Amino acid sequence: MHKRPLTRRLSEGLVPAVPFLWLCLLFLVPFLIVLKISLSDPAIAQPPYRPVFDWSDIAGFFSQLNLENYELLVGDDLYLRALLSSVRIAAVSTLLLLLVGFPIAYAMARAPERYRSLLVALVILPFWTSFLIRIYAWIAILKPDGFLNQVLMGAGLISEPLGILNTETAVFIGIVYAYLPFMVLPLYATLEKMDDTLLEAALDLGSTPWRSFWTITVPLAMPGILAGSLLCFIPAVGEFVIPDLLGGSETLMIGRQLWSEFFSNRDWPLASSVAIVLLIILVVPIVIYRDAEARRVENVR
Amino acid sequence: MRRTFAPWSDPDAKPLIRFENVTKRFGDAVAADNLTLNIFEGEFFCLLGPSGCGKTTLMRMLAGFEFPSEGVITLAGQNLAGVPPYRRPVNMMFQSYALFPHMSVEKNIAFGLKQDGLPKGEIVARVGEMLRLVQLEKLARRYPSQLSGGQRQRVALARALAKKPKVLLLDEPLGALDKKLREETQFELMDIQHDLGMTFIVVTHDQEEAMTMADRIAVMDHGRIVQVATPGEIYEQPKTRFIAEFVGDVNILEGHVLGQENGLWRVQTPSAEVPLTIDDPDEVLHSGQAVAIAVRPEKMVIQREWPGPDAINVLTGEVWDIGYLGDWTVYRVRLATGEILRVTRANASRFVENPIDWDEQVYITFAPDAAVILAE
Repeated sequence: MHKRPLTRRLSEGLVPAVPFLWLCLLFLVPFLIVLKISLSDPAIAQPPYRPVFDWSDIAGFFSQLNLENYELLVGDDLYLRALLSSVRIAAVSTLLLLLVGFPIAYAMARAPERYRSLLVALVILPFWTSFLIRIYAWIAILKPDGFLNQVLMGAGLISEPLGILNTETAVFIGIVYAYLPFMVLPLYATLEKMDDTLLEAALDLGSTPWRSFWTITVPLAMPGILAGSLLCFIPAVGEFVIPDLLGGSETLMIGRQLWSEFFSNRDWPLASSVAIVLLIILVVPIVIYRDAEARRVENVR
Repeated sequence: MRRTFAPWSDPDAKPLIRFENVTKRFGDAVAADNLTLNIFEGEFFCLLGPSGCGKTTLMRMLAGFEFPSEGVITLAGQNLAGVPPYRRPVNMMFQSYALFPHMSVEKNIAFGLKQDGLPKGEIVARVGEMLRLVQLEKLARRYPSQLSGGQRQRVALARALAKKPKVLLLDEPLGALDKKLREETQFELMDIQHDLGMTFIVVTHDQEEAMTMADRIAVMDHGRIVQVATPGEIYEQPKTRFIAEFVGDVNILEGHVLGQENGLWRVQTPSAEVPLTIDDPDEVLHSGQAVAIAVRPEKMVIQREWPGPDAINVLTGEVWDIGYLGDWTVYRVRLATGEILRVTRANASRFVENPIDWDEQVYITFAPDAAVILAE
C-alpha cells in the first residue's frame, strides 16, 4: 500500500493542532477558571473566593462548589433588567449600524476599482487612534457646551443646548461610531464579490432598481449582513466603556454591572457568574448564524 | 422546415427594430460608429464579429443597459431613448447566464413573471410550460449550483423566454458549451424560435454558429457593420476581404485587373502563369486596379494530371501538408511564389487508389464563377 512520507503525515497532524492548542489554552482554560469561580463563594482573602483548588482534597473542593451566585442573579431583577437592557441597546445599535453601514459598504463596492483599497484603508483608519481617546472625544462633542451644541446654537437651529451626553442616545452614537468598521467591512466583502450582471438580469426581467435591490442584492449580501451584525451585536451586549463614559446613571448595561461587581464590590464569584450567563446568551446567536451559514453554503456553492 | 422568409427584400415591410445612425462612444473609444440597421419581426438575426467589434454594445443598447451617444433606436415604432431596461419588451440571455444563485430553477424562471404581477396560477402554468420547453421539469427545485453547464444554459433561456418578449437577445448563448452540445443546442434554438415566432438576436464570434442559425448575419468590425446578408450571401459573396477571411476559410490571390472580355474579368496575378478569368459581373473595376481574388477551398480542384492547354485558372504547386478529417481531406499546396493554398476534397468513396501524396507536383483549378473579386 502507498504510504505517505512521515514528515507529510506529521505536518498534516500538526497544522490543525496549532489552532486547537491555541483555543484550548487561551479560551477553554480561562473559561473553565471563570466557571469555577462562578461556582465559588466570595471571601475576604487572597484570592477573594473559596474554595481554592487543592490537589490533596479534590472531593472536598468539588463539594464546596454551589450555584448560590446564580440563584442570586435570578432572585435580584437588577441583573435581569440589565441583561435585557443590554440586549435591547445592542439590538437597536446593530440595526442603526446596518442602516448606516450598508449604504457606505454599497458605495464602496460600487466605487471605481482603483479607489476601493483607499476607501477600505479610510474605514480602518480610526483604529490608529486609541479607542478610549475616541470615546472621550465624543464627550467633548456631545457635552452641553460641547462642539455639537456650539455649532447648532451658532447656526441658530436651537436656543437651548441639547442634553445628549449621559443619555442612551449618546450610547447609541458611541456604539455606532466605534463599531462601524466591523459592520462595513464584512458587508463590503460580500457586496464587492457580487456579480453585477445579476442586477442587470433582474432589471432586464422587469424589476425596478429598488425591487432588484431587495430581491437580489440584499439576499445575496445576507452572509455579510449576518457576519457584520454578529460582529457588532455580540461585543455591544457586553460593552462597558461606551455606556460608562457616554451613558447616564440610568443606562443599565450588563457590562457595567459586571465591572462594578468585580472592582467595586470585589465579588469575583458573582461577577464570574454574570460573565457566564452573558456568554451563554451570546452563544445562541452564534449557533443560529452557523446554522444559517451551513444551509447557505449547501445551497449556493 | 424553413419557410421562405425574406422581409428584408420587401420594400413595404416595416422593420421591428431600427438603428438609425447610432453612434456609441466610451471616452475616446468608438464602440458603434454611425450604424444603420433594420431587423424584422420573426427574424433570427446574428451579430457576428471578432471580440471588441462592438456587437455586444449594440445588443446592450437594445436591452437598455447602454444608451447611444447619437442616433435613434426604435422598437415597433417606439423610440427607445430614455426607456429603462425594465420597461422594454426585450429580454436577454446573458453570456454568463446570470442565474440568481439564491433561487431555485423555477423561482428563476418565475422572476420576470412576478414583476408583471401575474396571478399565481398563471405564473405556475407558464413556468411549467417553460420547463417543458427546455426539458427541465425534473430539476425545477434545484439551485443553479447543482446544475451542469448545459442545464444552466437552458434555465437562462427559459427565464428569458418566460415573459414572451417581442425580442429575445442572446449574448454568446452557446459559448460555454462543449462542441457536441453546442451543435445540438443550435438546432434546438432554431426550433424554439420557429415555434414561438419570436425575433431572436444573437451575438456571437463563432461564424459556424451564425451560419447555422441565422436568417441574416450582420458582420461587424471596429464598430461598423460591414455587411448584412443571408449566410449564403455572406459566404459566397463577401463584400470585403475581412468578411471573406473571417467567415470560413478562403484563399486570397492578389493581382491587378487587365480588363474585361465577354463579360469576364481578366486578372494578372504572380501566382499563376496565365491571367485568371473571373466571372463576377457585379464588380465595377478599371484596368490596372489592384484586387484580391477570393476562392473557397472546396471550390478548388486538386489533380495530379496536367489539365491541358485549354484549361483556365490553373495554378501549379506541390503538396505541403495533408490533413485527413474523415469527411474531408485538406491539402495545403505551396505555389512557386511561396503562397500556401488550402484545397479541400470530399472523401466520397472509402478507398482511393494511388491518392495524392506529400511533396507531389499538383495542379489546382477553379471555375470562373467560383471566385469573388474583392476591390482593395
